[in-house]
Amino acid sequence: MPLYHNDDQAMLKDSVAPFVAEQAPVSHLRKLRDSADATGFSRDLWAQFTEMGLPGMLVPEEHGGLGMGHMEAGIVLEEIGRNLTPSPFLSTSVGAVAALAKAGGTQAGRWLPAIASGEAIVALAIDEGAKHRPDRIATTATRAGNGFRLDGKKSFVLHGHVADMSIVAAKTDGGITLFAVPKDANGLTADSRRLVDSSLASHVTLDGVEVDADAVIGEVDAGGDILDALLAATRTGAAAEMVGVGQGAMDMTVNYLKERKQFGKLIGEFQGLQHRAAHLYGEMEVARATVMKAQQLLDEGSEGAKLMVSVAKAKAGRAANLAVREGVQMHGGIGMTDEYDIGLYMKRDRALAEYMGDVHYHIDQVARMNGY
Amino acid sequence: MSELDAFRAEVREWLEANCPAEMREPVRDEGDVCWGGRNWVFKNDAQKQWLEACVAKGYTVPDWPRPYGGAGLTPEQTKVLKQEMKRIHARSPLDSFGIWMLGPALLQFGTEEQKVHYLNPIARGEIRWCQGYSEPGSGSDLVSLQTFGEDKGDHWVVNGSKIWTSYADKADWIFCLVRTDKANKYQGITFMLFDMASKGVTTKPILLISGNSPFCETFFDDVEVPKTQFIGEINRGWDVAKYLLGHEREMISGGGAGGDMVSIGGAFAKAFGKNAAGELDDPILRAEMAAFDVDVFAYRAMGERFMDMWKTGRAHPASSNMMKYVGTELNKRRHELVMSGGGSEALEWDSEETKGGARARGWLRTKANSIEGGTSEVMLNVIAKRILDLPGA
Repeated sequence: MPLYHNDDQAMLKDSVAPFVAEQAPVSHLRKLRDSADATGFSRDLWAQFTEMGLPGMLVPEEHGGLGMGHMEAGIVLEEIGRNLTPSPFLSTSVGAVAALAKAGGTQAGRWLPAIASGEAIVALAIDEGAKHRPDRIATTATRAGNGFRLDGKKSFVLHGHVADMSIVAAKTDGGITLFAVPKDANGLTADSRRLVDSSLASHVTLDGVEVDADAVIGEVDAGGDILDALLAATRTGAAAEMVGVGQGAMDMTVNYLKERKQFGKLIGEFQGLQHRAAHLYGEMEVARATVMKAQQLLDEGSEGAKLMVSVAKAKAGRAANLAVREGVQMHGGIGMTDEYDIGLYMKRDRALAEYMGDVHYHIDQVARMNGY
Repeated sequence: MSELDAFRAEVREWLEANCPAEMREPVRDEGDVCWGGRNWVFKNDAQKQWLEACVAKGYTVPDWPRPYGGAGLTPEQTKVLKQEMKRIHARSPLDSFGIWMLGPALLQFGTEEQKVHYLNPIARGEIRWCQGYSEPGSGSDLVSLQTFGEDKGDHWVVNGSKIWTSYADKADWIFCLVRTDKANKYQGITFMLFDMASKGVTTKPILLISGNSPFCETFFDDVEVPKTQFIGEINRGWDVAKYLLGHEREMISGGGAGGDMVSIGGAFAKAFGKNAAGELDDPILRAEMAAFDVDVFAYRAMGERFMDMWKTGRAHPASSNMMKYVGTELNKRRHELVMSGGGSEALEWDSEETKGGARARGWLRTKANSIEGGTSEVMLNVIAKRILDLPGA
């Protein structure tokens, strides 16, 4: 498969890009932020997403979805990134769907159709400390009665306070097990915090949460592979969103270089800025290609996907970070003002960079996967 | 089975039958690279046999049309052939500036007669070409070149000098930018072709910091060039040159300007040993190597996307400048890490154990990557102007 969008994918982009730009531009984020919105996203917008079938893009057709791939989901995520659109798309429609579709069974049958129909928002309760360390999960699931009892603390759970269901990764006797914990479960509390990018993420406490045996996603002790699928999808999705954030910041900055005059010249005439902008362009192009490659390998079910996913998360992280830093610097004083959007790009980039493993985590993973 | 799968099977079978085992070994030194030409001495029978097999099949230039010595393959088929050759680690049967640079220019600007006349010997490895572009006073500002061809009716008399002419001392012919109109900077250059054995041509190898001399100074002293030996139009050689520079960048990028594109950390883990956690036992170098590996794997994806887009006309025409810039900077970084990884052993200049200081010389050689074929700074200028459309660039 060539590494560019085919005709169908190009058509998808042609419909999604103007839709997101019109319905949820940066002013949409500002409106939610300035009204101290408690949900973290617009349910009206999610209803519009649903009309276009977007929440169920990755949901297999037998569960009521469109059965598309990560390349297609990435198209939506890039536009979400470019417009800084607050949306549960990444956790619900990408991360959760990847896990449920991989696992199959009761929980897949219950939640995939609900995701596809736009009814269910799903949160991913993976992280436990300030850093992403999925190999050191301490939350426990112990057998109790007819099912399990969950105890532990989760952090950085986006949409955790409004999610209809949270996917909780916990330690069981013989490995990792994933659980579908419904919103109303006793002992589940989600303490939501406003993050730097105005999104809401929860500290989730599981204090003796009792779930039935059928809450297990997949098989007991066999959640490792399902967690891997969830992580690969979410990381790739976050990388695609970062490409959108970086591209949005870069476009805005390059335009600014063509408008702003100092010393009687457009500042874009100065070679000192031209070379930095050109360097950024190269980094962004490489990041885009890398994310597409990861999407392609995931869609093919290739063994090389895992390496490329970490490469993509790291590379997109570096490139988007450069884009927002150069963006604020090249905007000068106004780049520091709340009124200008460039600072919002910097904030969103920071949150996405941290989500599901930062640049350093993934660079380390690349070393491990190459035997050093 | 799709047509492409059938082609792949056919290629696989052909390679199995025709690529000698010795030609599947890594290239160890300059002599392992086959450049062809009038004076070429094959290193061994396998090298000769491999070239002849490829020539017969059109595989030295697989995507050129058959009448010019190619195999007439589609871009997809060419990609398959390259993949299959890579799979068995087959060496390139023929490296050639004729294939990489002059060929594409002839295909684009040459007359039918010129294509037949010049391309076939290139494809067969019979004529080795060199490129006469830079001059002592014209590096990045190439268009200021002053080597002059005086019009003498049926021929030009060329005087001047070129510099950084790769392997000029070993080449049979030169394609050369020569000023033919002093009053017109851009439209006063002609793209000439002539025999390096012509009277008045001399070459002098330049000793580089690597201790090697792949480049020459080339002097023209009243060299007579028939007025049939040019490509495109008289005084419009700059169009050809620009087109060719694009191809050169494509070649540099497509050919993996990022070096051999494999994990660098993996290669050094053995030399350094590993700690109890199985990590390369030098945490800071490990981190730098891993960060570099991320960039290498990322650039590999970029290379694939660039070629897919370039071959189908989807790429921005100036995107080869970006590939050249990113790839060459990456390759320089690789060699800095190779030197750090090698420690004091890598400093040895001529010992047998270091294959004659291969690492040190290779490291120094890469410093030219971001100078030759347009400096990184010129690449950034072009990106700023042609892709980002920045003012006054």
